[in-house]
Amino acid sequence: MMKIDFSGLDPSLPVKGNAEDLDDEILAAPSFKLPVTVDFDGFQKAAVQMVKPAKGTTTLAFIFKHGVMVAADSRASMGGYICKALLILNLYKINLYLAASQSVKKIIEINPYMLGTMAGGAADCQFWHRNLGIKCRLHELANKRRISVAGASKLLANILYSYRGMGLSVGTMIAGYDESGAGLYYVDSEGGRLKGTRFSVGSGSPYAYGVLDSGYSFDLSVEDAAELARRAIYHATFRDGASGGVASVYHVGPGGWKKLSGDDVGEMHYSYYPIEPTTVEQEMADVRIA
Amino acid sequence: MARYDRAITVFSPDGHLFQVEYALEAVRKGNAAVGVRGSDTIVLAVEKKSTPKLQDSRSVRKIVNLDDHIALACAGLKADARVLINRARIECQSYKLTIEDPVTVEYITRYIAGLQQKYTQSGGVRPFGLSTLIIGFDPHTHTPSLYQTDPSGTFSAWKANATGRNSNSIREFLEKNYTETSGQETLKLAIRALLEVVESGGKNIEVAVMTREQGLRQLEEAEIDAIVADIEAEKAAAEAAKKAPATKET
Repeated sequence: MMKIDFSGLDPSLPVKGNAEDLDDEILAAPSFKLPVTVDFDGFQKAAVQMVKPAKGTTTLAFIFKHGVMVAADSRASMGGYICKALLILNLYKINLYLAASQSVKKIIEINPYMLGTMAGGAADCQFWHRNLGIKCRLHELANKRRISVAGASKLLANILYSYRGMGLSVGTMIAGYDESGAGLYYVDSEGGRLKGTRFSVGSGSPYAYGVLDSGYSFDLSVEDAAELARRAIYHATFRDGASGGVASVYHVGPGGWKKLSGDDVGEMHYSYYPIEPTTVEQEMADVRIA
Repeated sequence: MARYDRAITVFSPDGHLFQVEYALEAVRKGNAAVGVRGSDTIVLAVEKKSTPKLQDSRSVRKIVNLDDHIALACAGLKADARVLINRARIECQSYKLTIEDPVTVEYITRYIAGLQQKYTQSGGVRPFGLSTLIIGFDPHTHTPSLYQTDPSGTFSAWKANATGRNSNSIREFLEKNYTETSGQETLKLAIRALLEVVESGGKNIEVAVMTREQGLRQLEEAEIDAIVADIEAEKAAAEAAKKAPATKET
């Protein structure tokens, strides 16, 4: 099996020796096995393209006076198929490879004071957020103090950067509260990392930005901020076909995160735009039979 | 085919690591170094063997900084020290880049001690022949700290400690005379402790003071001389005071 050789990148690593030796296995430069293909570059391109379009979702987060507000929809789709019968199929233990759902948790709890949002590949986001949670906990144990949001987001960004070009699809926001106050960072699988006060990620983000930006003020109360977040998600789900399901809203304050609400966007529509009872013009009356 | 020779540091039948103990011997032959922690000041004082006339004394600094808020002094093999200090300096910056915060004193001490330990458990290498005294202020809580590491890779925090030549006598002195001090008093205590084993004079001592606001400051020879003179005067006064009541009685 052909192995890709990275020893050239790191001058401190030993030069590749006999691959059979156990010593070399432990000390060798990091490498992974390449698939047996005729055209490896083409294969890589196709692999990246397969995952790339995925970010069908709406997530948003913003910093305000009382901490960070984080909200997301809950629809996951694969191609154009949205499956609502997932529960029934699970009962029959049918292996559903068209894994799509209206009830995906897109806000991931990294630890009691930090949240991550999911956009892009669900598995990638879930795995790497969980991995980040492990790293944060290890940092706490080793250094006897919590890691900062800046530090945590940087750890994730560095990991994603090292996998750049290998097909990961992650567009996440790390929101938390640490010693220096509320922190919000956008991190993606290209290796980018941005610090900011307002972010929205996903296919529904243009719509969410419209509502969020026009209603935002730093001095919002917790309830008003939650309502703004909820409304922004609702409007995005209304117009974007890849977003829908349940709008979850979380608040991260000095004491950690707390889930504020999870409302079905269909029901939200009717609470914002209730059906007007139309007045009847003419009623059909019984005709008396002579 | 093994790349290295067999390991150099192996256990003896009665549980000793002789290479590590020999490294500690090397430390015991090195110059004396003292560290004292005050409430707002930390002082490092190191014995300076007489400088040859033609040598540029500025190139043999014995107290170095690892970052703006952390400094290190050591006793033992100076060449090994250079390697360890360079690695520690790189780690300080690497941590700053990754975590976006300066290192804590405990973290960098743990790193240096970890490095020293690694070299007691690897093939084809010998342990580092030096003990370090690491001082600094915590970037978050601003508390001063003093740590010591040794060739075996253990580390611990101290209120005051000494390493190198005659460190036992210096430590005894510190145990007898240590009190919570601050500012100039901490400086005096450190120099007094070092003077127990070193010929007095600014030429033979290198002293550096770290405060939270100003970071590390190396003292000039003249300043050290002045403090030494102060200490001598105080000692003389104490001697005189001891004798005076005796004469009054007779």
